Amino acid sequence: MNSPANSGQPASGSAAERPVKLDCRGVWKLYGPHIDRLLADPSNRPSFEDLQAAGVVGAVRDADVQIRQGEIFVIMGLSGSGKSTLVRCLSRLIEPSAGAIEFDGTDLLSMSEKDLIALRRTKVGMVFQNFALLPHLTVLQNVAFPLDVQGLNRATREARAMEMIRTVGLEGREQYYPRQLSGGQQQRVGIARSLVGEPELWFLDEPFSALDPLIRREMQDEFLRLQNLLHKTIVFITHDFEEAIRLADRIAVMKDGQIVQTATPEELILNPATDYVAEFTKHIPRGKVLRVRSIMAPHDATAAHHGSLAATLTLNEAAQRVAAADAPFAVTDATGQIIGQIDAHLVLRALSEAAP
Amino acid sequence: MSLTSDTPLRLAPVNAWWRKPWLFWLALFVATWAFSTYSFALYKAFDARWIVRFPAALQLPTESWVSEALRWLVEDASFGLFTVRDLTRAISAAIEAPYTVVRSALATGFMDGQGSAANQIAPELSWIAVTVVMVALGRYAKDCGLALLVGACFVYLAVFGQWDSAMITLASVLIAVPLGAVGGLALGILAFRVPVVDRALRPLLDLMQTVPVFAYLVPILFLFGFGPVAALVATIIYAMPPMVRVTILALRGVPEEIVEAGRMVGCTRRQLMWKVLVPSATPTLMVGVNQVIMLTLNMVIIASMIGAGGLGFDVLSALRRLDIGGGIEAGLAIVVMAVALDRLSQAFARRAPTVLADPGQSYVKRHPWLITVLAVVVATYLAGLVMPGLRDYPESATLTTSAFWERAMEYVNVNYFDTFEAIKTTVLTYLLLPIKKFFTGIPWAWGIIAIGLAAWKIGGWRLGLMAVLMSGFIAFSGLWDKAMTTVYLCGASVLIAYVIGVPLGIWAGTNDRANAVLGTIVDTLQTLPSFVYLIPVVMLFRVGDFSAMIAVVLYALAPAVRYAAHGIRSIDPQMIEAGLVSGCTRRQLLWRIKLPLAAPEMLLGLNQTIMLALSMLVITALVGTRDLGQEVYIALTAANTGQGIVAGLSVAFIAIIADRIVSALAKRSEARLRAGA
Ligand SMILES: Nc1ncnc2c1ncn2[C@@H]1O[C@H](COP(=O)(O)OP(=O)(O)O)[C@@H](O)[C@H]1O
Ligand SMILES: [Mg+2]
Repeated sequence: MNSPANSGQPASGSAAERPVKLDCRGVWKLYGPHIDRLLADPSNRPSFEDLQAAGVVGAVRDADVQIRQGEIFVIMGLSGSGKSTLVRCLSRLIEPSAGAIEFDGTDLLSMSEKDLIALRRTKVGMVFQNFALLPHLTVLQNVAFPLDVQGLNRATREARAMEMIRTVGLEGREQYYPRQLSGGQQQRVGIARSLVGEPELWFLDEPFSALDPLIRREMQDEFLRLQNLLHKTIVFITHDFEEAIRLADRIAVMKDGQIVQTATPEELILNPATDYVAEFTKHIPRGKVLRVRSIMAPHDATAAHHGSLAATLTLNEAAQRVAAADAPFAVTDATGQIIGQIDAHLVLRALSEAAP
Repeated sequence: MSLTSDTPLRLAPVNAWWRKPWLFWLALFVATWAFSTYSFALYKAFDARWIVRFPAALQLPTESWVSEALRWLVEDASFGLFTVRDLTRAISAAIEAPYTVVRSALATGFMDGQGSAANQIAPELSWIAVTVVMVALGRYAKDCGLALLVGACFVYLAVFGQWDSAMITLASVLIAVPLGAVGGLALGILAFRVPVVDRALRPLLDLMQTVPVFAYLVPILFLFGFGPVAALVATIIYAMPPMVRVTILALRGVPEEIVEAGRMVGCTRRQLMWKVLVPSATPTLMVGVNQVIMLTLNMVIIASMIGAGGLGFDVLSALRRLDIGGGIEAGLAIVVMAVALDRLSQAFARRAPTVLADPGQSYVKRHPWLITVLAVVVATYLAGLVMPGLRDYPESATLTTSAFWERAMEYVNVNYFDTFEAIKTTVLTYLLLPIKKFFTGIPWAWGIIAIGLAAWKIGGWRLGLMAVLMSGFIAFSGLWDKAMTTVYLCGASVLIAYVIGVPLGIWAGTNDRANAVLGTIVDTLQTLPSFVYLIPVVMLFRVGDFSAMIAVVLYALAPAVRYAAHGIRSIDPQMIEAGLVSGCTRRQLLWRIKLPLAAPEMLLGLNQTIMLALSMLVITALVGTRDLGQEVYIALTAANTGQGIVAGLSVAFIAIIADRIVSALAKRSEARLRAGA
């Protein structure tokens, strides 16, 4: 059921060695009176209670995230948990109250307005929850807008915009105005606009939350297809845990402005850091998420094997084959090397832990 | 809080009867009434004339202070590099040049030389050309229906012999509207970007909205002299404030995400403003432009007092001559033009961008309308050079309704004189005169105290202090009696407008049919320039307080109806369902649920009604009221700057006090609703 995009590569393996694209350390964003005073001492940060007593909203508190080149990093949390605020700090749409953010090793927060504009034109793209399309421009003009702002001539920018419109599957609608399109189509325009500048880093703030469930699924598939094509570094915001599981290489779970846990989907399900995280994972169908490699037993060379299974298979995919067999299966990695073994008993136990 | 009988004796301090708010109001009213009734007796008993008349010795020479200040400003003030006089001259030149061009093109033709030696070197545009342009605009902005309406309006102007005056008026509109709109946009953008400007502009805009127009005609006359430029300056100043407000609102209303999207694609500040904010806000901005157009047309007649010619001048001179037929004709022409321009600008505001034509085609093919219109303009112009009938609508073919109106009026007056007289006398005796006696009887000293107390009770000590200072200013400028006449006329008119308007509004709020009909009527009433109301009223009831009151009621009715309807309509339907389920009768539903929930909205309507009434009241000075409006009018005819400004400020102060008090009431009633929810 999972997409080729992340079933192809074990997220926890090679991803760890990839360079960090966006490094965010100790970021705070507070709203309210006398914020400077509260954050004056870096060694003594205010607690949740301190903030409440001061009448200050702790929209983001002490967030640490490292986003690695080419990964889909999902920030998940309920509404009001500070996701949008965090992603706006990362894109410097708002100024963090404290902390440090580095993009490709350069300090983002001390960047001048001019450099920031240059960076946004060439390196970053963003998609918004309510599409944020310009109502007075056609689809073509909306998609070409970032290039227009850069001063490219009309022929060039429209040619590139047309190409992007084709990529997101909207050809034939380029002369429509946003309000003549459905929500799903509008968000395709939003996606095309954010990608037309060929950014390296791609922010998406709840891009599919305003869509109907069926369309949402379709758009998720579309999103994975695009990523398979383009290999961007992605920060994806959602309040929907299933969506997070489905798309993420890694997930950061937020609660009350804090990041509670950052892990791969499988790690979250197998080892939730807090009861809060466990509450989310409880309802996730484990067979779809857990993979053979995370529940296999060590390889026993003496045992007879019925056959072999790829380590990246999900339990659902493995279950049918394992159930029919009377001997364990060998588990092989991408190179065909045997790295463990698995049998029906192990699969059943892992699946049954799903029951609350 | 619930207190059961076995609670120990620490009862919360129950509001004793002498603390009840209604008692305060009753006491205040009784005291005021007593003072009003017996002030004359008091004066006799104590031989203290100061009770009823403000002592001349105390009177402050505010008028001459203002006059002196203005004279200094014009004659001596300097900004270092240039003087105030240089500035006004520069503004004059900047306005006069484009105005002359437009007026020449539309109305007078291009002249060479001055005055009687003038020599026409090129004639004006043909009436056919102007009409075709307007029709094409109607088609472009919306559809053939609008094109037809606009065409009919302009043909009407030609056929009924109003063309020349109408074109002079149109020329002023064409200059005043762009300047007002662009100026308002610029100020609005500045205020949006720079918080200090916003804070400085806000009270100024408030004041501009409450100072009666006449009041700033006087200083403008002083600064710019009599003539079309002064009239244009006054018109622009009058029409700009709503544009500033709308601009600020429109820019603030652009969704945050759209702004963020603009920043994320790397817009510079300037690109963000001109490529993202302003275009996204355009539909709302066009509402502002529509307001500028309507206010400009409203100002047309008033501005003709300081030198704008055209239809306004025709109406004004007809009113002065009591030439009923001519007045109605010119008045109708203004209405026709207002309707055409209003519908056109509204259509532009709502216009959906059309799908672009194929850019591969030639320019001519892509713009068939533009090319046709240009062709007609050029062709009629050239043809007009040889055939004058094509240029000016032939005089022999004009119709006039003037005689018809005269005869109709005569008929009405001959046959129904007694009826109208009876109505007038009844209303005067039983409503207007008692109210007048009450207000004008209040001794100034008590009046200031009573207003202060009322304002304090409703809005706190700041409001109380403000009310005392403002009403004190009026008294110390020696305008107390006239101010009370204004308050009485305004109060009576607002009362009547409200008593008529609110039930109509409630009806429109509950009945879709009524809403459609009343909506159209109210919209049309609002399109009419305020002066137009005066014409039929004066014809039927001649000059005096009663006529003034009728005109004010007609003009100020719209907001009472509109806000009441809107208040009723915006009630959460669940509340009504809850009422129905609890078994309310229709009457109970209205009184227990709808009215209380719509109260804040209706108070806003009251506020607007008062504001419109005050602005109209100044205009009714033309029909012989003896209030502050008359004071301003006298100042205008005598070109007395100080008198005009002081009287104008007094009206503004009355408006501000009323506005703050009613707003405080509205806020309170809303807070009560929210606390209860
Ligand atoms: N401009 C602001 N002023 C005050 N509080 C804010 C502001 N923006 C966000 N907040 C508060 O910060 C918290 C996090 O908001 P947000 O980041 O929008 O959450 P999410 O995107 O996860 O729903 C919320 O409690 C919100 O009320
Ligand atoms: Mg959000």
